[in-house]
Amino acid sequence: MAPPPNRRPTYSRRAQYGNFIRYVIAVAGLAAGVILLIVSIGDSSAFSGLRGTASDAVAPAGQLAAKGRTESRGLLATIGGFFTYGSRVARMEHELDAARAALSEAQALKNENAQLKSLLKLSQVEPMPVAISRLIGSSSTSTRRFATLGAGSGQGVRPGMPVRSDTGLVGRVLEVAQTSARVLLITDSESIVPVRRARDGVPATAIGKGDGTIQIKLIAQGINPLKRGDAFVTSGSGGLFWPDTMFAVVTAITPDGALASPVSDPGNTNYVAVQPVWIETAMPGAIPAVPPPPARAGGK
Amino acid sequence: MPLTMPAALRDLGKQRINRVPSPVLARSVPWLVVMVGSLCPLLPLIASAPVVPPFGFLFLVAWLQLRPGLFPVWAGLPLGLFDDLFSGQPFGSAVLLWSVAVIVVDFVETRFPWRGFAQDWLLAAAAFAFCLLGGLVLANLAGGSSAVLTIVPQLIVSIFAYPLAARLVGALDRFRLIPIREL
Repeated sequence: MAPPPNRRPTYSRRAQYGNFIRYVIAVAGLAAGVILLIVSIGDSSAFSGLRGTASDAVAPAGQLAAKGRTESRGLLATIGGFFTYGSRVARMEHELDAARAALSEAQALKNENAQLKSLLKLSQVEPMPVAISRLIGSSSTSTRRFATLGAGSGQGVRPGMPVRSDTGLVGRVLEVAQTSARVLLITDSESIVPVRRARDGVPATAIGKGDGTIQIKLIAQGINPLKRGDAFVTSGSGGLFWPDTMFAVVTAITPDGALASPVSDPGNTNYVAVQPVWIETAMPGAIPAVPPPPARAGGK
Repeated sequence: MPLTMPAALRDLGKQRINRVPSPVLARSVPWLVVMVGSLCPLLPLIASAPVVPPFGFLFLVAWLQLRPGLFPVWAGLPLGLFDDLFSGQPFGSAVLLWSVAVIVVDFVETRFPWRGFAQDWLLAAAAFAFCLLGGLVLANLAGGSSAVLTIVPQLIVSIFAYPLAARLVGALDRFRLIPIREL
């Protein structure tokens, strides 16, 4: 149906002007959106203060939700485990026998490793986590992959610090507010992590694809040596991520590398640890412009 | 001792003469519902892919179609600003996309005043496709590089979640118009 030719709802001048001004504000809102976008695309940290205040304000609700997530997962796992009990026990006993044999071999390797390391005068530095906290939210509606961490600058978290769970790397801190921080997950399409194959150290870069998988691109071009099931760990190049943090496992081969799925599912982890930036801790003074982060165990 | 509810609570919602809806409730509920929908990044779910429908936008479209004229035509500006604080999109993306969506739905409303739910659903589906695709393009402009296929599951979930959102909004519409204020 065509709109009525007379668009004026009333003869009241006041109502007519009010109606007109509403449309003016609507178009102004549209223009405001364009301006905000230009500013935020030009400088991605332009509104981080505003966002930080907002995420600080809702952080307690997020903490509660994170607790609920852990507990509901536990409940579902218990119910599911009840039905698969017998077959799992049989499989685990089988695996245990194999693991016993592997363990004795690993013990020998460990001794040998320690001897070689002492020969080389290398010392393994264990990073002390800056803070331990929960992931309290994620950008589940957006194509970008950010998570909100329940610890902020009050706990010593600084931008750039790697975040890991007990199973592997989760991401790195992007923006910091007082009691919360934004984490760029490794599956985000802007996240680039230098990695190497755990077995023999084939170097590669890992770029997120935004849909939960990771594209592994080999640095040396040529015959693709990767196979399904290959495990990748961080290499420490660039000085941000601690080397040998578990990263991803190859699921499919592509011409220039592979598709991998991350080992650490951030939805499945209860607590994550924020680590100091590697190079600043391993080699103090390597980057003199940036003050080294306080290496203290804090948080909750 | 039996629990006795206060008189005001006991009579809540009973059709009584001499009562009108509370203007505070009637005006604030639609805005609050959309804003709560915008808080869905706080859901107890750490997603590794965009799977959750944008509930704030779903509720906004549902309100616009259920009660044309309830939201002013500039509602996309404040509601989009609030959504941008939490969504993880580049700041201003929801302000732009939601403003366009509200203006277009308003335009369709003047052109086709009598619609069935099927047409409402079709318009909502078009709005979701526009909003998600626009969000993808703007996020990619701001540094991401996700493929278009990434948003397809989310779009399908959003389209099928719309009737539920419309139902919920209908129930909340009845709630906000409960006559509780004595004249």
